[in-house]
Amino acid sequence: MTLMDVVWMLVRILIVFVVLLTAMAYTTYVERRFLAWFQWRMGPNRVGWLGLVQPIADGVKLLFKQELIPRMADRFLYLLAPALSFIAAFAIVSVIPVTRHFYIADVNIALLLVLALSALGSYGVILAGWSSGSKYPFLGSLRSCAQMISYELALALTCIGVVLLAGSFSLQAITTQQARMWYVIPQVLGFLVFMAAAVAETNRSPFDLPEAENELVGGYHTEYSSMKFALFFLAEYVAIINMSMLAAVLFFGGWQGPLLFGSGLAGLSGLFWFVLKTFVIIFAFIWLRATLPRFRYDQLMKFGWLVLFPLALLNVLVTAWIKVFV
Amino acid sequence: MKTTLINRLNLWALGKGLLTTITQFFGTRAGPKLVTVTYPERRLRLHERFRGLHRLERYGDGPNKGLEKCVGCALCAAACPADVITVVAGENDPEDPHSPAERYAEVYDMDILRCIFCGMCVEACPTGAIVMKHDFELADDARGGPQGGPDKFIYHKEDLLEREFHW
Repeated sequence: MTLMDVVWMLVRILIVFVVLLTAMAYTTYVERRFLAWFQWRMGPNRVGWLGLVQPIADGVKLLFKQELIPRMADRFLYLLAPALSFIAAFAIVSVIPVTRHFYIADVNIALLLVLALSALGSYGVILAGWSSGSKYPFLGSLRSCAQMISYELALALTCIGVVLLAGSFSLQAITTQQARMWYVIPQVLGFLVFMAAAVAETNRSPFDLPEAENELVGGYHTEYSSMKFALFFLAEYVAIINMSMLAAVLFFGGWQGPLLFGSGLAGLSGLFWFVLKTFVIIFAFIWLRATLPRFRYDQLMKFGWLVLFPLALLNVLVTAWIKVFV
Repeated sequence: MKTTLINRLNLWALGKGLLTTITQFFGTRAGPKLVTVTYPERRLRLHERFRGLHRLERYGDGPNKGLEKCVGCALCAAACPADVITVVAGENDPEDPHSPAERYAEVYDMDILRCIFCGMCVEACPTGAIVMKHDFELADDARGGPQGGPDKFIYHKEDLLEREFHW
């Protein structure tokens, strides 16, 4: 590896980091705006043109909030938790192929890495709840972890279906395999289970029990303020973007798509398709949130273990059968 | 209905719900379906009988043109459940009367912070002197009061008579 390689790598990391932060900020904006439209309201439209400066205003506001640490808190873990969540969420992007040539790393166990890191995110959640020294965050984090662990199984199993078809854990390889057909077609069931599990995994409505405001105040981050809260917030939204990107890569062929700008700019066209697919899936997240009411906790657990998990298993079984005998 | 697995998933209802929301989504983008208004620029039409800030009325054209309707009887103060109104009556100067009756309100103060906008004063008034208009934006960034100048939330008679009403 030459010096140029290292520099190029750092530049790519910087680009991805900055773009992801911006994308996250505007996901919050788009979500608020779209939710408003779903409910026949206007949404934030005051700060800047069409309210486009709103996320920046929110960020600045959060930065200037007072830092509070509860007296009963375990200081070290209390400070570690948001960092863990944040790092785990951001690290996932490193293995996602944005175009044929633009990605931070093409690892042959990329999918495993993604699953491992998204599981690591629940450490941040449970540590936050436990170290706050307060009962509501604790209950919130317990719920959150139980939920994340039960839905992770279904999520991983649907990924197995895709891996069986592609014969590789590398996300880049999975994308290139979908040149002729998106995996969503043979994996319809897998995709549906994946979406349900992804919504639960990111703690989004209708599975947003960890932050059920009317029961638990704010969930595991009740006791957090200022930038530490912002980190959790960032992690949550980045997790949504991650899951959307992952769904785009696994089921919709990532950057695959017709060349739009001639063969000279294949990269740009790839970027366009990748962003479009990701955005559509983010929209689906928002759409679901606008439509469905929250599950009850026992319904949530039953749904995870008695519906999604068997369906995912069935999907793996059928996929394997087809792969081997057809 | 038997609770089978399919029933529990209730995919039909799920699809129907999603369809409803997406229709609303694109309906909003089309424009006229908004249920909110961009408030400071646009306003909802208030109901004719909306109870906003009070005004003391004067007589219009006729024998008593320009005179205050209030005769200082203090029935409004008596009716007021929140003890908002202070009325001190004075004798009219026959040469230059404030009101067509013997007496008029020398002092007419309303502590608007206490007011619950119930409209009892309007009902109690025998001459129709006090009415409620449509102004409701009564907030201020400071209360004022003993050290900081006059209390902004005590409306005196001149305020209630001369105040410009916008809506």
